[in-house]
Amino acid sequence: MRQFDYSRAASPADAIGTDARIIAGGTNLLDLMKLQVETPDRLIDVNHVGLDRIERDGDGVRIGALVRNADCAADETVRRDWPLLSHAILAGASPQLRNRASTGGNLMQRTRCYYFYDLDAPCNKREPGSGCGAIGGINRIHAILGASESCIATYPGDMAVAMSALDAVVEVEGPNGRRDIPATEFHRLPGDTPERDNTLEPGEMILSVRLPAPLGGRHIYRKVRDRRSYAFALVSVAAVVAMDGGRMSNVRLAFGGVAHKPWRVPEAEALLEGQAPAPDLFDRAAEAVLDGARGQGHNDFKIPLLRRTLSAVLAEATEGAE
Amino acid sequence: MDVTLTVNGAQQTLQLDDPRVSLLDALRQRLDLTGTKKGCDHGQCGACTVIVNGRRINSCLTLAVMHDGDEITTIEGIGTPDNLAPLQRAFIKHDGFQCGYCTPGQIVSATAMLEELRQGWPSQLTGDLGAADLTDEEIRERMSGNICRCSCYPNIVDAIRDAAGETGSQAGGQPGARLAAEGAA
Amino acid sequence: MSEPIEVSLSHRMNFADKEDLLDRTTQGIIGTPMDRPEGPLKVSGTATYADEDHPPGTVYGWLVRSSISKGWVTGFNTRELRAMPGVLAVIRDKRMLRNPAQGQASKAPYQGPAEIFYKGQPIALVVAETFEQARDAAIKARADYDDRSEKGVFVPAEAKYEAPRSQQSSQGDLDAAMDGAAFAVDVEYHTPSMSHAAMEPHAAVAWWDGGSVTLRGSYQMLGSNKAELADSLGISPKKVRILSPYVGGGFGSKLGISHEGVAAAIAAQKLGRPVAVALHRRQQFETTIRRSESRQRVRLSCDAEGRMTGVGHEAWVSNLPAETFSEPVSQATPFTYEGENRKIGHHVGRLNITCAGSMRAPGEAIGVPVTEAAMDELAHAAGIDPVEFRLRNIPEKDPSSGRPFSSHRLADCLRRGAESFGWHNRQAPGARREGEWLIGMGVTSAIRVNMLEPSTARVILLPDGTARVETDMTDIGTGSYSILTQIAAEVLGLPADRVTTVLGDSDLPQSSGSGGSFGAASSGSSVMLAAKAVRQKLAKRMECDPDELTLKDGYAIAENRRRTLAEVLAGDTLQGTGTIKKGLTSLGHQQASWGAQFAEVAVSSVTGEVHVRRLAATFACGRILNAKTARSQCIGGMIFGIGQALHEKVETDARDGSFVNRDLAEYHVPANLDVPHIDIEFLDDRDPYANPMQAKGIGELACCGTAGAIVNAIANATGHRFRSFPVTLDKVLEKLG
Repeated sequence: MRQFDYSRAASPADAIGTDARIIAGGTNLLDLMKLQVETPDRLIDVNHVGLDRIERDGDGVRIGALVRNADCAADETVRRDWPLLSHAILAGASPQLRNRASTGGNLMQRTRCYYFYDLDAPCNKREPGSGCGAIGGINRIHAILGASESCIATYPGDMAVAMSALDAVVEVEGPNGRRDIPATEFHRLPGDTPERDNTLEPGEMILSVRLPAPLGGRHIYRKVRDRRSYAFALVSVAAVVAMDGGRMSNVRLAFGGVAHKPWRVPEAEALLEGQAPAPDLFDRAAEAVLDGARGQGHNDFKIPLLRRTLSAVLAEATEGAE
Repeated sequence: MDVTLTVNGAQQTLQLDDPRVSLLDALRQRLDLTGTKKGCDHGQCGACTVIVNGRRINSCLTLAVMHDGDEITTIEGIGTPDNLAPLQRAFIKHDGFQCGYCTPGQIVSATAMLEELRQGWPSQLTGDLGAADLTDEEIRERMSGNICRCSCYPNIVDAIRDAAGETGSQAGGQPGARLAAEGAA
Repeated sequence: MSEPIEVSLSHRMNFADKEDLLDRTTQGIIGTPMDRPEGPLKVSGTATYADEDHPPGTVYGWLVRSSISKGWVTGFNTRELRAMPGVLAVIRDKRMLRNPAQGQASKAPYQGPAEIFYKGQPIALVVAETFEQARDAAIKARADYDDRSEKGVFVPAEAKYEAPRSQQSSQGDLDAAMDGAAFAVDVEYHTPSMSHAAMEPHAAVAWWDGGSVTLRGSYQMLGSNKAELADSLGISPKKVRILSPYVGGGFGSKLGISHEGVAAAIAAQKLGRPVAVALHRRQQFETTIRRSESRQRVRLSCDAEGRMTGVGHEAWVSNLPAETFSEPVSQATPFTYEGENRKIGHHVGRLNITCAGSMRAPGEAIGVPVTEAAMDELAHAAGIDPVEFRLRNIPEKDPSSGRPFSSHRLADCLRRGAESFGWHNRQAPGARREGEWLIGMGVTSAIRVNMLEPSTARVILLPDGTARVETDMTDIGTGSYSILTQIAAEVLGLPADRVTTVLGDSDLPQSSGSGGSFGAASSGSSVMLAAKAVRQKLAKRMECDPDELTLKDGYAIAENRRRTLAEVLAGDTLQGTGTIKKGLTSLGHQQASWGAQFAEVAVSSVTGEVHVRRLAATFACGRILNAKTARSQCIGGMIFGIGQALHEKVETDARDGSFVNRDLAEYHVPANLDVPHIDIEFLDDRDPYANPMQAKGIGELACCGTAGAIVNAIANATGHRFRSFPVTLDKVLEKLG
């Protein structure tokens, strides 16, 4: 870990518009700082600025950036109205990490690509222009969608996948004021600037995440991984499906472990919307999701895995419902 | 910089010359509380689990300077060899450890886990997200943040079930409570 | 206090034990599920491991990693690092190690940090006042290299293989047997490199006093470690003391002296201060040792009745250049099943990747699951139930050497285990389904050779009638503190709380150390002999024949006389020294521990995920010394098998040999939720050829086969064979179609 200046923010204003790295839970940032994958000169600790409540916002809720993952998952309102979010959070990390990790910090979580973690390996995300170690290397955990010649890393989290499906909005504030970023646009594709994970601008801080009115229906988060707990997703499927007279409505789908961002394909949802559930329809939705999917060798299996998991999730979501 | 911590009930001020010191290293190297173990230093094993302000966390992934004013319970505060907590006794009875290196983390983690369960927190196995029962599967899931390479998992589950049955969810004492002060008295 | 009265017994295991001492003593503590005596320390965090209990003034060292895979270090930014805050030294000493010593080496391993043989090899040690300063500076270290990485060999397919003549054998004509067989399988299996990943990463603290060094470290075999450290440093073993009172897991990774120990000792000498060096978890993965990957060709044949006619097992494994160890994959194959025509082949390739060494049951841990999977394939081909097929092929004597077996209970284990598990409920492959989950059952035999190593211990009976056991044996979680306490208590007729066992100090009598599952039998026998020597002395004082002496609850009883031990001792201290040595019984009889394991798995027909739902095992490994710790060892071994079957694989980048998933987030050892309830049963067994206690090895036996039972269960669930470990979901998906 490189030396840095540490300060504690008393309010969000102390952290907004500075060039200091914001530290909240620290569960990912310190992991990376110990290895000097991250080397901030200044850290500003926002654990004492408030923003740690979940509050009603019209029909929706506003989740403060400092709400711990464990508290968000256990929140009565979230559990009742947005169970997808609870399920996704509880599928991630470990209880200890969820107790510490914050809502804002979890959105900022960086990739688990092996080569990103290895200072002696090329990585365009860590060191722009150095190349990509994963292409032609070990890429079992890497992206099948939206990757580039520069980077095939995935966003590793679960919470943001559910937030993308739920049409959440990330509320941020920077030197130029506040703005809303749809959760689906918060993370970005690597293109030729993979060093940027997301669309947050310098000096901006995440204040909260807003969930719009509940969608109802069934909420399923299915995470497929190498061990049953405490492992990152190989593929995860977040689904919300309501049934209305035997037809699907309010369909929302998002996918984790397959791209540099939570993957959402409105065309696939549109295919299902208003239709009666049927296996071939599920297959067509999967095809739409996988449009353009490309394996890197070791991760080719993610393509059939996503297809099969989505079909199973849709079958489960629509089974026996009227 | 001065950092004041209440560790196992005793308030102490740590003069930190370096902000890089993790809470784990502060405990082990500066406060000589080596019961909290370093298995990976990256939040991937749970050996360093401590309870901070009532919550179990990985002490390796947080800086000591971030905890000024916090209450911390380590394994030393759960119980001493002469005055063991029910969970500690149950771990001995059921052989919930072999090499013993992950054990403090397991026991601190289980202490807080039972409190989480008492508060009705769901886990990924709690299908309806309602209050879960203390089933073996729930214990397994809720203890999966603590790796044991000797692989005493079945015995750990037996120990936790036994201790929880003995004293309800208070088996490990109240997280954050001043157990050390009482234990040492 | 007067000088202790010394007595001793030395025993070479040339004949079967007829004395049955532990069956004739009456304390009744041996074999019981006694709690671990060190338990209160371990559960309260007061047991001190290597990187704890630092002497005052301790400073911190951090190893620097080579960023190339092969070549030479030609320069180093030492000056720049020395200018960093707190940095005390940058050490590039030619005595530093390339890789840890192999088990029982008793001499320095390959030394020299200048020539690079694998990516990540330690090339320097940076020492600083604080841990944080040392870590920072080590990451900023930059070497200049003469980089020959392009000449490195990183994948087995490109390696040159040696076939040591002593490790090849054949009898009869296997090719002809295969051709003429009613049923035969000729299959190739692959197992990956694996890592021990003990919870305590290797760590050492060294300090010097004059020309003598004390090293507090995490090691399994202090006798040979002392010799290895001394040889590495170029000093006499008499000048070396190693302390390992508690070892946070080893599994073979701490058999030999390692980087941190030698580097800490060198640095402490140069600086005149205690130096602590703890390996980071990534360094543990990358720079200690791995279990070799293997390619295994198995050929098995049988006649129409399912009687085996041929057994072939050829293996290809790897290691660094010049390493003598190679995973003895087929170790159990020569004697497990019938077959007149046999062939064993062993090939070692040289790779520029992390050193290969012993990991829990080297050989059988990867050989048995593969041969047991192939046995399942042959049983299936022959249309015979896999348990029955095994029972039909258990030999009367070692079919390769003709030697008789010592205690051999495989058939009993299979029968008893099948009954307990409910094996008769097993259905045809692919027949059982619960929702999306395909359910299957599998069986394996478990076999691990049994060994005895020289071991010495002291048992001191103090005037107050309490006893102390002293030996340099280690307890790496195996239960040494428990069983050695129990053995001394049993032989001396003392309640266990009147026996204190002191271990983990190389100044104490040299034991076998912990390895190869010989630790309990070897060190236990030495403690038994030491206690027996004291017992004989007590008999003399009681004026009776040792056979007529009863020692129980602190009393000595002979004929109608009953006296407390304190009375018998009359102020004296009796110090018994016991030494056990292996002898003719290890040559005359094929010795092994035996077991049968059963697994039930559920395989998702959607995702290919495999969950182990049930595991059960029946073992026969001679006398059980402590029913609780023995059971824990078996549970632990079987869970190792879950990892091996389903999760664990060192991912090596073929371009540079780097160990890419070198952390516990991506190298997946089983987590609590991966592990189901496990039933363990021990058959009442004695092996008089093994040692005077008639006990055999346990800790490794349990992992010799589990992965086989699991892959056989997966085959039963899905109807597909998986011949590449671990059976991750991508492999299952490919077959499910």
